[in-house]
Amino acid sequence: MRFSFGKALLPIYTVLALIFLLIPIGYTFAFSFNASDKSNIVWRGFTFNNWTTVCQAQGVCDSFVNSIFIGVVATALATAIGTAMAIALVRYRFRFRGPVSLLLFLPMATPEVVMGAGLASQFLTAGVEKGMTTIIIAHTLFCLSFVVVTVKARVASLDPALEEAGRDLYGSPAQVFWRITFPLLLPGILAAAMLSFALSFDDFIITYFNSGSIYTFPKFVYISAARGIPAQANVIASAVFILALTIVIVSQVFASRKAKKLAAPIS
Amino acid sequence: MAFAAFANTAQAVDAAPRKSSKIALVLLAPGLAYLALFFLTPLVALILTSLQAPALYGDMGEYVYAFRWENYVAVVNEYGETFLRSFGYALIATMAALLISYPIAYFIGVRARKWPAIQAIALILVIAPFFISFLLRTLAWKQIFSDDSWTMETLKALSILGPDAHFTGTPFAVIFGLTYNFIPFMTLPIYTTLERLDTRYLEASGDLYARPSTTFFKVTLPLSMPGIVSGTLLTFIPASGDYINASGDFLGGPSTQMVGNAIQSNFLVILQYPAAAALSIMLMAVILVIVAIYVKRSGTEDLI
Repeated sequence: MRFSFGKALLPIYTVLALIFLLIPIGYTFAFSFNASDKSNIVWRGFTFNNWTTVCQAQGVCDSFVNSIFIGVVATALATAIGTAMAIALVRYRFRFRGPVSLLLFLPMATPEVVMGAGLASQFLTAGVEKGMTTIIIAHTLFCLSFVVVTVKARVASLDPALEEAGRDLYGSPAQVFWRITFPLLLPGILAAAMLSFALSFDDFIITYFNSGSIYTFPKFVYISAARGIPAQANVIASAVFILALTIVIVSQVFASRKAKKLAAPIS
Repeated sequence: MAFAAFANTAQAVDAAPRKSSKIALVLLAPGLAYLALFFLTPLVALILTSLQAPALYGDMGEYVYAFRWENYVAVVNEYGETFLRSFGYALIATMAALLISYPIAYFIGVRARKWPAIQAIALILVIAPFFISFLLRTLAWKQIFSDDSWTMETLKALSILGPDAHFTGTPFAVIFGLTYNFIPFMTLPIYTTLERLDTRYLEASGDLYARPSTTFFKVTLPLSMPGIVSGTLLTFIPASGDYINASGDFLGGPSTQMVGNAIQSNFLVILQYPAAAALSIMLMAVILVIVAIYVKRSGTEDLI
């Protein structure tokens, strides 16, 4: 007999827990349709106006565009640097492997507020003015370790015989990399890039210490929280949510179709 | 999902690492340089800042390098209680998130195996909160449970809560917010280990007349330890440094300040950089010690 929490209890619990997780999302989405004035706290009736006038609320779209820009640049940097490190860590033996792994683990074990304050002290000491560049530097930093961990798992599952076959057939190192290694690593690299972008886009704590006068979307929400957040911020958040959910669902469906296709000839 | 990466994925075939350390160095160089410049140097900067003394006749926020160890004593005296509160909140939130998340992960990873579609949908719903700003989610709770909300009025009308009960500004609200925010971080790593759990072990345990609870505590739980360790670290570390939930504009109040709030206000508001730096160094040191002991005791060193 297999252990079970009681046949029906566990599914019911899971459904309730998932509803609990989704309540604030539903709330944010619902209040993007609120006919509110200044503060978006009390329900004043249904309207589409916030969706059609998204950019008319001051600061909402500017901060959103900044967040997208920072997310794209930081993701590109972290993914490129991190993928190289992941390949080196799995595929090559070298001295100081332990210290290098530790150095990559440490940023993940460091609370954001410490990393934020550390970078800010460094910029302060060095006399660097905080702005877009310092935000990108900070975001690349905290994304890097997560990229390495994600891509490393993919490199480890890659059969080195495939690359050896490429070399045996007189492929140059560049050819072997771009025609064999890279395409096989691509799913891992894409997953790492998506994770990086999500981390960067939603980051507030490190950003706040290193942003100077630049506003990202989370910073805009934080600053506005004291005096009331415009409903347009809910519109942006809801739109991003729908887009991200669609991407995940589509990629899941594709992945499961591909898995079925690959499984078909065997059975 | 990308978060599968946390639950130490079993190292596949040893990829016959080659010795060519020159190529390895080229591949590692940019990353190592980046980490040295923007992770290690800032930590050194933080240590130096934490020992600074106020500049003589200087303006607010002007400091000179010194070795003022008293900064740490002053910070412990002023924020000792805040420190304890932070770790207390983080610990309770981590335990709560673990208790809430484990059954979810067990259902998705073990019980729902027969229905891949349900598994996929449930997983997407678990990570759905990542797709919407966590500041807005936290604010949503604040507004759902604000003093004059119908939620609170209903709870009071049903006498579940006393007539002058508050949510916002209480330790309960802060811990509630922390717990809520980190449930996905707890669920995913546990799910990834449970998903690989060989259910034949559970059958074997049953065949040997173990009661379901014995099977759970002697087989299932130990086998899911790597996921639990990843999940608790992914929750405890950020939770102990968090200052959003405890912030007065969100779920907290003056009596619920955490060390993150103290660092933030010292650094960004009252410009007492040495105090903020000393707090940061202490926070990091305590966390590293806790993590090291925890990882060692739970026997999952290969996680790193």
